[in-house]
Amino acid sequence: MKIELKDIRLIYKTGNLKNVGLKDYIIDSLRHQNNRSEFLAIDGVSFSVSDGDFLGIIGGNGAGKSTLLKVITGIMQPTAGSVHVEGNVAALLELGSGFDGEMTVRENIFLRGAILGYDNAFLTSKYDDIIEFSGLEDFQNTPFRQLSSGMKSRLAFSIASMVNPEILILDEVLSVGDDAFRKKSEQKMLSIINSGVTTILVSHSLDQIRRLCNKVLWIHKGKQILFGETATICDMYQEFSSGNMTLEECQNYYNNSKKFVTKKEMNNLYQKTLGRNPRDAERRQWFLDPETTTDKIRETILASEEYEKLNDKKMALIQEHKQAPLTEEMVCFLYYALLNRPPESSDIVKQMKKNDSFEKLKNAIWNSQEFKKLVMKKLHLK
Amino acid sequence: MTMLDRIKKDRFLFQILVKRDFNRKYKRTILGILWSLLSPLLQLTVMALVFTQFFGRNKEHYIVYLFAGNLVFSYFKDSTSGGMSSLMENAQIFTKVNVKKYLFILSKNFSALVTFLLNLCVFFLFVLGDKNLHFSPRYLLLIYPVICLLIFNIGVSFILSSLFVVFKDIKYLYDVFTQLLNYFSAVFYYVDSYPERIQQIFYVNPIYVYIRYFRIIVIEGYIPGLPTHLLCAGFAIVSILVGSLIYHKNNKNFLYYL
Repeated sequence: MKIELKDIRLIYKTGNLKNVGLKDYIIDSLRHQNNRSEFLAIDGVSFSVSDGDFLGIIGGNGAGKSTLLKVITGIMQPTAGSVHVEGNVAALLELGSGFDGEMTVRENIFLRGAILGYDNAFLTSKYDDIIEFSGLEDFQNTPFRQLSSGMKSRLAFSIASMVNPEILILDEVLSVGDDAFRKKSEQKMLSIINSGVTTILVSHSLDQIRRLCNKVLWIHKGKQILFGETATICDMYQEFSSGNMTLEECQNYYNNSKKFVTKKEMNNLYQKTLGRNPRDAERRQWFLDPETTTDKIRETILASEEYEKLNDKKMALIQEHKQAPLTEEMVCFLYYALLNRPPESSDIVKQMKKNDSFEKLKNAIWNSQEFKKLVMKKLHLK
Repeated sequence: MTMLDRIKKDRFLFQILVKRDFNRKYKRTILGILWSLLSPLLQLTVMALVFTQFFGRNKEHYIVYLFAGNLVFSYFKDSTSGGMSSLMENAQIFTKVNVKKYLFILSKNFSALVTFLLNLCVFFLFVLGDKNLHFSPRYLLLIYPVICLLIFNIGVSFILSSLFVVFKDIKYLYDVFTQLLNYFSAVFYYVDSYPERIQQIFYVNPIYVYIRYFRIIVIEGYIPGLPTHLLCAGFAIVSILVGSLIYHKNNKNFLYYL
């Protein structure tokens, strides 16, 4: 196991702590006033990831995601529970932070490298790569604070990715810099991931999480809601965020379902049969039932009145258009109505050249293998 | 792992930090590092002009006496007030990156030590200039109070920086405190005008003890007795013990105050 967290709890101190003098402290304690308070920022988080895992952490604002990253990187100590992290960690928390504003870019590279535990020789050998990757060749002796925010984050990303970390922690940083750099950094990221590095990413972009992560941790107000399979947890998170399902319902589905049906699969099924996406209520109904399988959904749809009606409507339309001249539009119509797919462009040309009638084309499709297979499938399912 | 092992591991980081702290102090001045030598000399000149009339009229080696006092005291002041603000100054770094926070305190102390050693060289030039004072192997013993003072300063820095993180007005109080301490350290006057009992009380002040050690070796020309040695070490040990204890107890909570 690369990273293992067991039952982490962290009590966060808040209140007026930042601008207190000894005088205020003495006056307050004489008056028996106490403007310090505490809250449970993380409450019972346990998970483990191993070599090559890419973990995404999701949750709303103030869920405790960044605090959790600080616990993993060792910046904060948990109040209870154990953290086990194996290997050297390169973390990018909050863009361009953790540098010394007065020092130059060159000095900052060595400072950050030294903080990550590397020595002079190693950093000297990597220095040119880092500068080149960040594109800051002309700013090597500029004080860090004079860089633009884009440059700062580029530098941070370049250092973290070029020193070959064993664990990479990223907090909302993949959208770094301009388009060109973003492309470059995503590529670098992918090559890092493929080299077997363990990565943790906090992101509000579910698309990014779905694309990159193989495991997901969902926390809500400090509590661990779900940990595990990416697609389904992202689906559940979306259902919860849109108010369609409660936390308990999400957990219930994830923990009890034997075979997850993802939202994508559901959308596909509905599109193919009914030509529309499932409504929120329908999706909710499927997700509430842990017994749901794709087969079950398909059967239900094919048996539904809506599907019957849709079929009847198609037939009626075919009847209605019987006498119409065979235009390109009509060819498309027939293909859609009977085969649920558009004609290939060669088909259209072929039909138009033959100058067939509507009736003939209908019969031709009717007798085709494809249509028969489709009908057999439907009958079989019914 | 003991603290020393860890320091070994973080040696390169430590080097960078010391270099940075040392450079930064004089970065904005035209004279650069030269200023670190010039500023105590200027201070010495002013003090010599003012105080020689009052305290040094019938005394031999008053300039060297004054220099020894100033040298030790300003090292103590530099080291501890720098150490005090070191955590606050580097909060930007250690709240975002995992790094041993005490390295920042130590680096400030070592950069102050470098300044001190440079000034010590100038001090020796003054000793050389005084015809009645002669270098002897005895001077090598000065390493002892310097090491004790270094440890003492680190201990005090640990205490002050921990306090400063929590109480932001400590800085002003400490300025006042060092000013008072300066008056009680016999930097520019002689204690022999006080009765014997009062003179003993001065030994409660660690800085006075360290200054005294310097003056005995350089001016009075003998090796201090065992009690002075024990006192030097004792202050250093108590300071570093109390300092590490306070730091160790509180360092996990610093993050909330910054």
